[in-house]
Amino acid sequence: MKRIFVKEEFCMGCRLCEIHCIVEHSKSKDIIKAFKIEKPRALPRIMVEEKGSISFALQCRHCEEPYCLEACMSGALYRDEKTGAILHHKEQCVGCWMCVMVCPYGVIQRDLNGRKVALKCDLCAGREIPACVANCPNQALEYREG
Amino acid sequence: MCVRQCAFKGHSYDPETDEVISKEELCVGCHRCVTLCPTNALTVRQNPLDFRPNGNWTPWAIRNIFKQAETGGVLLTGMGNDRPYPVYWDHLLLNASQVTNPSIDPLREPMELRTYLGRKPKKLELDYTQETLKLKTPLPPQLKLETPILFSAMSYGAISYNACESLARAAEKLGTYYNTGEGGLHPNLYKYGKNTIVQVASGRFGVHKEYLDTAAAIEIKIGQGAKPGIGGHLPGEKVVEDISKTRMIPKGTDALSPAPQHDIYSIEDLRMLIFALKEATRYTKPISVKIAAVHNSPAIASGMVRAGADIIALDGFRGGTGASPMVIRDNVGIPIEFALASVDQRLREEGIRHQASIIVAGGFRNSADVSKAIALGADAVYIGTASLIAMGCHVCQKCYTGKCNWGIATQDPYLEKRLNPDIATERLVNLINAWSHEIKEMLGGMGINAIESLRGNRLALRGIGLTDTELEILGVLPAGR
Repeated sequence: MKRIFVKEEFCMGCRLCEIHCIVEHSKSKDIIKAFKIEKPRALPRIMVEEKGSISFALQCRHCEEPYCLEACMSGALYRDEKTGAILHHKEQCVGCWMCVMVCPYGVIQRDLNGRKVALKCDLCAGREIPACVANCPNQALEYREG
Repeated sequence: MCVRQCAFKGHSYDPETDEVISKEELCVGCHRCVTLCPTNALTVRQNPLDFRPNGNWTPWAIRNIFKQAETGGVLLTGMGNDRPYPVYWDHLLLNASQVTNPSIDPLREPMELRTYLGRKPKKLELDYTQETLKLKTPLPPQLKLETPILFSAMSYGAISYNACESLARAAEKLGTYYNTGEGGLHPNLYKYGKNTIVQVASGRFGVHKEYLDTAAAIEIKIGQGAKPGIGGHLPGEKVVEDISKTRMIPKGTDALSPAPQHDIYSIEDLRMLIFALKEATRYTKPISVKIAAVHNSPAIASGMVRAGADIIALDGFRGGTGASPMVIRDNVGIPIEFALASVDQRLREEGIRHQASIIVAGGFRNSADVSKAIALGADAVYIGTASLIAMGCHVCQKCYTGKCNWGIATQDPYLEKRLNPDIATERLVNLINAWSHEIKEMLGGMGINAIESLRGNRLALRGIGLTDTELEILGVLPAGR
């Protein structure tokens, strides 16, 4: 399946991936409205980890053997048959946070706006190239088979 | 985003008011924040604070005095001479053929930009047989260029590793050469050796057997257009682990290149070094000698050719630098157009023009400048600043601070990552390909199908807005004549 790979040596920690992730997951998909008007503001599914000069952007790895899927008691997490991506039914999620606990990468977050549910990367379903990859100014993110 | 991108700390975020504050006095005008802002919310304008109008005491003159009164130091700057001296390329016009000799469409017909640099024999003797054609005259070593453009000397130290790698990769893809400057050659870049010109300069940093053996050609640097007569100084903070190894000096020490080469005090001394290098490389590589364009360049160039230089590189007063005293950069040296015309003329008069190729450097901005230089007598052109701009440089002239926001003129690992060699290589290749296409178009328009036919062909040029003396030095007729 196609996955997002990170080239840590070229991530400069500008966090534009986070910004464009927010815009992509906002209602309006407009950067000004997403940040200034929409309440609550959409949350990024990608996180830039940074220490000193080292930084990289991380989001769901869409594992071959996902611990989160095994741990999900409500069946909210599932694998998309077509793309192989690990996706999440918001309505089915009970907010038990087991997926958050078992994820070895720490890339499942808690969405505390409204009903408490898990929040994770959906590879921008509907887009050919995920927003974070398309908008990385230094080609530090790559979307390819692997 | 803007707060994090500015190495000069021009932007800051105030959590109390939830506002981003910009400090205009810290802004260098590099446009990093402007380019990366996802909402196009930023613009950089000159701060309109004016002094009382004064033709002599310009704001520039006044501010420089303030700075020096404060610090007591020499004013430093980066890039090339930015003062409003005339740019003679803008006073030269190219010819085109109409009716009497047909122009050529480079998209339909082959067009030759290939250039060979190096000493040429006075005449060629050939062995003809029925089918074969053999060259009897032994040819001195030559550099083969697919287009008459090379990347100028920029050292690892002055520019980042990623910038060096981008230049090397682009040179390889384009079939041309880049120049290491005085910074030595990083071990990872030895694989690009056949597209590398290595420099032997006054500090002799990083010069050893493998360095000379790996390169395609060796350049002895006598002077640099941005700072003729001045040595170099790479501050100790920039001499990080890798640079210290490449330059072969202790980590954290200042890398001082003396003003002269201490073993060259005459043309005879230069000859000794040229032949020492030729011996060391078994006469397999052309040796170039680079000088800054100064008042008596023609006589010096003549001496250089007689001393055995296969290539002479002339660097005009617009040539760039990582750091130079401003007073030197802005006031020393002469325009490359005059230096080129007079050197070419002198070497022709002395009958030794074929003994060396001429590369010119110093502020070449576009393919028209390159074409005009070749018509004035150059064999090829070095581009430095233009290649940096292709990689992202916005000419803010703060190279000497080591805080380049574009990841080019810096050794800070946080900033260096901003230059991705994959992207920069592609952009350099694009630029040179674009210029090469344009040069072909201009050649075609003149009814010429090879760059050889334009070389030194001053009849292809006419001057506009120049005095009789200037026209005489350039060796061109005025427009209309």
